[in-house]
Amino acid sequence: MKLLQYLLALICPIILLSSCKKSDNEIAVDTKSSFTIEFEHQVNGAELALNTTTYKNAKGEDFKINVFKYYVSNIKLSKADGTTYLVPDGYYLIDESKPTSKLITINDVPTGDYTKIEYTIGVDYARNFAGAQTGALDPINGMFWTWNSGYIFVKLEGTSPQSTATNNTLTFHIGGVVDPNNTIRTFSAEINSANPLRVRSDGKPDMHFIVNAASLFTGTTDVSFATLNFTMGGANSVIVANNYTKGLFRLDHIHN
Amino acid sequence: MWKKSIVFAVLFLSIALMYACSKNEDGVEPEEKKITFSVPSNFPAPVYNFEENKLSNAGFALGKKLFYEARLSADKSVSCGSCHQQFAAFANLDHKVSHGVNNCQGKRNAPPLFNLAWQKAFFWDGGVKNIETSPLNAITDACEMGTNIETIIAFLKSTAPYPEMFKQAFGSTEINSQVILKSLTQFTAVLVSGNSKYDKVMRKENGISFTTDEQAGYTLFKAKCTSCHAEPFFTDLSYRNNGLDLVSADEGRSHITGVQTDFGKFRVPSLRNIEYTSPYMHDGRFYSLDEVLDHYSSGVKASENLDPSLKNGIQLNNSERTQIKAFLKTLTDNEFIKNTIYGES
Repeated sequence: MKLLQYLLALICPIILLSSCKKSDNEIAVDTKSSFTIEFEHQVNGAELALNTTTYKNAKGEDFKINVFKYYVSNIKLSKADGTTYLVPDGYYLIDESKPTSKLITINDVPTGDYTKIEYTIGVDYARNFAGAQTGALDPINGMFWTWNSGYIFVKLEGTSPQSTATNNTLTFHIGGVVDPNNTIRTFSAEINSANPLRVRSDGKPDMHFIVNAASLFTGTTDVSFATLNFTMGGANSVIVANNYTKGLFRLDHIHN
Repeated sequence: MWKKSIVFAVLFLSIALMYACSKNEDGVEPEEKKITFSVPSNFPAPVYNFEENKLSNAGFALGKKLFYEARLSADKSVSCGSCHQQFAAFANLDHKVSHGVNNCQGKRNAPPLFNLAWQKAFFWDGGVKNIETSPLNAITDACEMGTNIETIIAFLKSTAPYPEMFKQAFGSTEINSQVILKSLTQFTAVLVSGNSKYDKVMRKENGISFTTDEQAGYTLFKAKCTSCHAEPFFTDLSYRNNGLDLVSADEGRSHITGVQTDFGKFRVPSLRNIEYTSPYMHDGRFYSLDEVLDHYSSGVKASENLDPSLKNGIQLNNSERTQIKAFLKTLTDNEFIKNTIYGES
């Protein structure tokens, strides 16, 4: 008999608890939806074409681009009332040679009108040292330094007749998270409140960004390929990061 | 009556559970002994704790097999174990610098591998900050294994018994860089050396004590060496220049930090198992402990970033030298070096 009493004592709270849960569910009205971001790659207004087209940097020097890829992470959306939503575990590798990578879908976003977007150009400090990763952060993607562990945030490779490197190559591997050569940069864009990012259960908006690869070489310091044609972290990478912070991304329009 | 039926029910349930468990262990033979990561009582809490990489016998067995797998290298001649030999406390006996694929000579001495779970940075210059990503360096270095992760994944996918071993260890035959690196870590992070005579004396185990020479050597050591070779790891894991050359041929730590004051600095190596980890220094220039002690007594060069504590060297008379060496040999951990669990099988 005693056992029955114990059982009853145990079961009653469980019943109570589960009944509580139910009413919670009824109150919850959070709805979630998704939106997409499209990254359109350009060089000073012209469409980016790998390997073939010759472009000019701010110094008037010719160059071609063979590789152009970069990380976008920690996307944060803000509403006009100041509330924010941080996309969890969001690391995206955008690669010109992989067209599908230039359109990313962000799922499970609380519905609402967002008037600001911010994200990290690169990978946050913690993930650089977090051990073996998968997906966009898998070292197989060629964006991880093995000898000085950490991610390459922006990689641009190409050629320029002005480059003094062997075969006139350009090698811009921008990364590093330790001062004084920290290259983690944040991009943010205000969204016109007349046409905010309207995330609705029946509406999945698309944000369209123009990405200017030539921004690596101008903005704060005009880069001449005669003197700077190779960087893999360090002080020269900081120069390039300070440049692209200003001009790599521009929010062009939103399709609601 | 109630009690009896409960006892029966519990008994029945346990039997059912045991049966269910034993079923899962069919297939590839696991190691007989449960692999554990144990923290010696005289060690602090580790940096790496297996929270995101659950240690299992299957994961350890796979990591060990990969560690000793020479077919991973470009010319199928070099495994991790080639330059990290257990009898040398996983350093490379008689090799000044590591000897990689195509007979290429690397530029630095292969460090011993133990107590890695307490390290925040790896390699002589501390360039790698997580034990899990450390193998990538050796895998891709043209003078070590000379390959890449794509090639290794393709090899493992098409070579028995690897797909089955990955399934045993991680629940899926899917092979990617993450599970390769995590399994290697299940082997390397378990390499704990904490059963030397020194450790047993410190833990007051079984009445073990130092001899007179060892005790005198320990006292000397604490007076002259522990500012860099701090207990219990016998390194403070800092980067220092110990005056090997007026101008170092290897830039060392500054290659990572880009800071000129780090030029020619290297991580202070552990002295554990030093009896077996010769040759010594980042470039393996010294073959004996006497050569090392000679350097500190009279060979220290006034290099630009010389550690202030070595300005006047470290002088030892002959009997002190004997005592220090006697103490250093108490850091040998034969249980570690001879533990068959870590050997190629």
